[in-house]
Amino acid sequence: MNNWIDIATLDDIPPRGARVVKTRLGCVAIFRTADDKVFALDDACPHKKGPLSEGITHGNAVTCPLHNWVIDLETGMAQGADTGRVKTYEIRIENDRILLDGTRLVDRSLHCADGAA
Amino acid sequence: MSQKLVVIGAGMASGRMLEELLALDEGAYDITLFGAEPRGNYNRIMLSPVLSGEKTYAEIVTHDADWYAANGVTCRFGEAVVRIDRKTKRVISAGGVTEYDKLVIATGSASFFVPVQGNNLPGVIGFRDLDDVEAMLEAADKPHSRAVIIGGGLLGLEAAAALNEQGMQVTVLHLMGHLMERQLDPAAGQLLQKELESRGIKVICRAHTNAILGHGRVEAVLLEDQSMHPADLVVMAAGIRPETRLGIDAGLHTERGIVVDDQMQTSDPDILALGECVEHDGTVYGLVAPLFDMAKVLARTLINQAAAFKAPEVSTKLKVTGVDLFSVGDFGDEHEEIVFRDPGLGVYKRITLKNDRIVGLVMYGDTSDSTWFFDKLKSAEDISDIRGSLIYGSAAVGADPLEAVAAMPDSTEVCGCNGVCKGTIVAAIGGGATDLAALKTMTKASASCGNCTGLVEQVLASTLGDDFVVPARAGICGCSDLTHEDIRQIIKSQKLKTIPAVMQEAGWKTPCGCHVCRPALNYYMIAEWPLEYADDLQSRLVNERNHANIQKDGTYSVVPRMWGGMTTPSELRAIADAAEKYNVPTIHVTGGQRIDLLGVQRDDLPAMWADLNTAGLVSGHAYSKGLRTVKTCVGSKHCRFGTQDSSGLGIKLEKILWGSWTPHKVKLAVSGCPRNCAEATCKDVGVICVDSGYEVSVAGAAGMEVKQTEALAKVTTEKEVIDLTVAFIQLYRENAAYLDRPYKWVAKVGMEWVRDRVLEDEAERLALCDRFEISQTVYRKDPWVEQAKPEYCLNKWAALADLTLEAAE
Repeated sequence: MNNWIDIATLDDIPPRGARVVKTRLGCVAIFRTADDKVFALDDACPHKKGPLSEGITHGNAVTCPLHNWVIDLETGMAQGADTGRVKTYEIRIENDRILLDGTRLVDRSLHCADGAA
Repeated sequence: MSQKLVVIGAGMASGRMLEELLALDEGAYDITLFGAEPRGNYNRIMLSPVLSGEKTYAEIVTHDADWYAANGVTCRFGEAVVRIDRKTKRVISAGGVTEYDKLVIATGSASFFVPVQGNNLPGVIGFRDLDDVEAMLEAADKPHSRAVIIGGGLLGLEAAAALNEQGMQVTVLHLMGHLMERQLDPAAGQLLQKELESRGIKVICRAHTNAILGHGRVEAVLLEDQSMHPADLVVMAAGIRPETRLGIDAGLHTERGIVVDDQMQTSDPDILALGECVEHDGTVYGLVAPLFDMAKVLARTLINQAAAFKAPEVSTKLKVTGVDLFSVGDFGDEHEEIVFRDPGLGVYKRITLKNDRIVGLVMYGDTSDSTWFFDKLKSAEDISDIRGSLIYGSAAVGADPLEAVAAMPDSTEVCGCNGVCKGTIVAAIGGGATDLAALKTMTKASASCGNCTGLVEQVLASTLGDDFVVPARAGICGCSDLTHEDIRQIIKSQKLKTIPAVMQEAGWKTPCGCHVCRPALNYYMIAEWPLEYADDLQSRLVNERNHANIQKDGTYSVVPRMWGGMTTPSELRAIADAAEKYNVPTIHVTGGQRIDLLGVQRDDLPAMWADLNTAGLVSGHAYSKGLRTVKTCVGSKHCRFGTQDSSGLGIKLEKILWGSWTPHKVKLAVSGCPRNCAEATCKDVGVICVDSGYEVSVAGAAGMEVKQTEALAKVTTEKEVIDLTVAFIQLYRENAAYLDRPYKWVAKVGMEWVRDRVLEDEAERLALCDRFEISQTVYRKDPWVEQAKPEYCLNKWAALADLTLEAAE
């Protein structure tokens, strides 16, 4: 079961750009590509937790602003020689509104709580 | 709270372990590192080339003090740990007591000193660290000095060859019947001995040392057969002894080494150990590859990841220039063997077989196929089909070396030191690493002992095939093969005024570029079409998009402009107020005479800027590829040596130049006299005031490279200084490749070319100044004012949505 949360309109995000959704356990970055695809990922690079929402978005990827790791927006996988994965969330577009799947956000909060030192 | 990790021993094993640990989880531990040597970590296996003079100490350093500092490791070098108190979990050293949650022992090993009379005389040394190398070099410095090496194994022979290179008369005393008996069979040992003797090294096998003689210092070595061997230096290379004293004193289970399990844990679960001081499954290791495997396992154990150390197959190469020797595995008498011997060529090969599989290999004189054989050994391949021609190597069984490399499975280990497989290297080549240097950086292959360099190059050649050519001038990035210069030319000649238009015309291979080309193209558009092109924020790197410098933790630094490095009490008060209001944790004075407020939260930036704007402060552009700062001294206003108003001129320059975008950052300085307190002669543009006017020089550097400026002109008025400076910067803006500092660009086009346009051709100079001024009508403004506006806050700075208040599911 999905839990779709209406978060914004498509035009709230610049093409080839990103903005964030704040959650209790950190930010989720919402990306809009040049061809208006929308992706949602944790706003933290698997390398050193750099804010991916501040990176340069190109194709279906974003380059982390801290050390230039390139992350695939569809899979969350680091590209090239780097290894690691960012958690992704399902997105739906309905009448130019962006809907974020909230069920995974709960999973994520559980996951983060487990992983916290 | 981070747990406290104490590491005893700063050698190769602990260095690699810390590297692994920091890469896995940087914040897991608060790390303190003790090292008995008063220096950082270096590549110990490369001491022989340092001794022979083929390398310098600097070239073999792997982790220096800066590396440890940058990674937050507290170093206690030169401080030996004397005791471990397991009850209270503390280590005791000269500097006091240090508590630990986890302790890692990596004390390595010491040279085994043959227990004979006189083995403690001055001049008798081991061969373990840089101090030993320095002692040897000092001895070698004296003319006609003589060295005796006790031990004809790997280490002893490397020392012998190196000291021979340094001009000493060298004698090797070896207890066993032939050299390197642990790795070589007698025949190969004989060949090696002949080679060393041909270089003037004296080799005596079955040599039992009776005593070392000397009055106050070593003079000779006496053997049991009563022969005397004069010596100014005796090097003990008869083996190593694990440094286990701390472990024994602490009551840890210790045999030959401190006993560890597959997870590198000692008998105390909070104490781990690795390197040459440990014993695993009955074996003590003295070669680097297994130590690096241990480092990987130990780092994972520390963060509770599953990992287990497995005893690896270890091969040996002798690092003596001109001697090719490779040895691996088992060559006991009970196995079958195939031997090839050509004394004329000095080639010897011996393959040991068991059940049609290679179990041992000795190669001397020609080791080019060693990897091919070693691979068959490791994979336990059945060789019965090719047995007839096996000894002749890969060529004879129908493989040319490149084909053999191409046929190697991806799992084949190419670099033993760093555990890099062929597949990793091929993947890196696919990811754009097309030369050895790039491969070293990306994969670490051939970055330790370097013996696999040739093989790594073969992998490069076989993977790239015909593409393996040195590119004359690299393309801008993976999206286009055109150079920066080509692209600037196309933009100008075809009047391309948008980024998509450039990509279309120049045949970009990607739909919308990447983080390398987009910022460059955006700059070229701004520089070429200042009035028509709209800056594309999505093609800006984070700092220029957010007008602040991002820090490692995602906070930002804010630097208000202080014109010419001058400020006032009210400006300082406004900065102090802002620092307090926005909880700035760190305030730093920069090298460019500005105040840096570090650790500002992203959400606070617009409000903080608005506050600073109210006090009359504007952006210092400390984050931009643009005009940064004009540094000045106070000049003739106050200084008794000042010849002109240097701070006044600096302020004028800064007010003209600020806000302009350039290919890379631009820094200026104006000094009021040749004492040059503003350090003008290492800036992009530097002005030195003299009694008769101003000396303008350009293209200095004081960063990754240091370079003095080159004289442009000497002039008599401030106006001329300003025109020359503006013209130079505009010429740079219009012609340089993105991310080339002025000194790099001038090196490409030549100072002559620059002088012709900026100085000699007055019309060109004025035209350059005009074009700069046109651009500045758009860009000479404070971006903070714009970015702090409410609409900006809503559309850019604010979160898209805030779900923190939603009820959790």
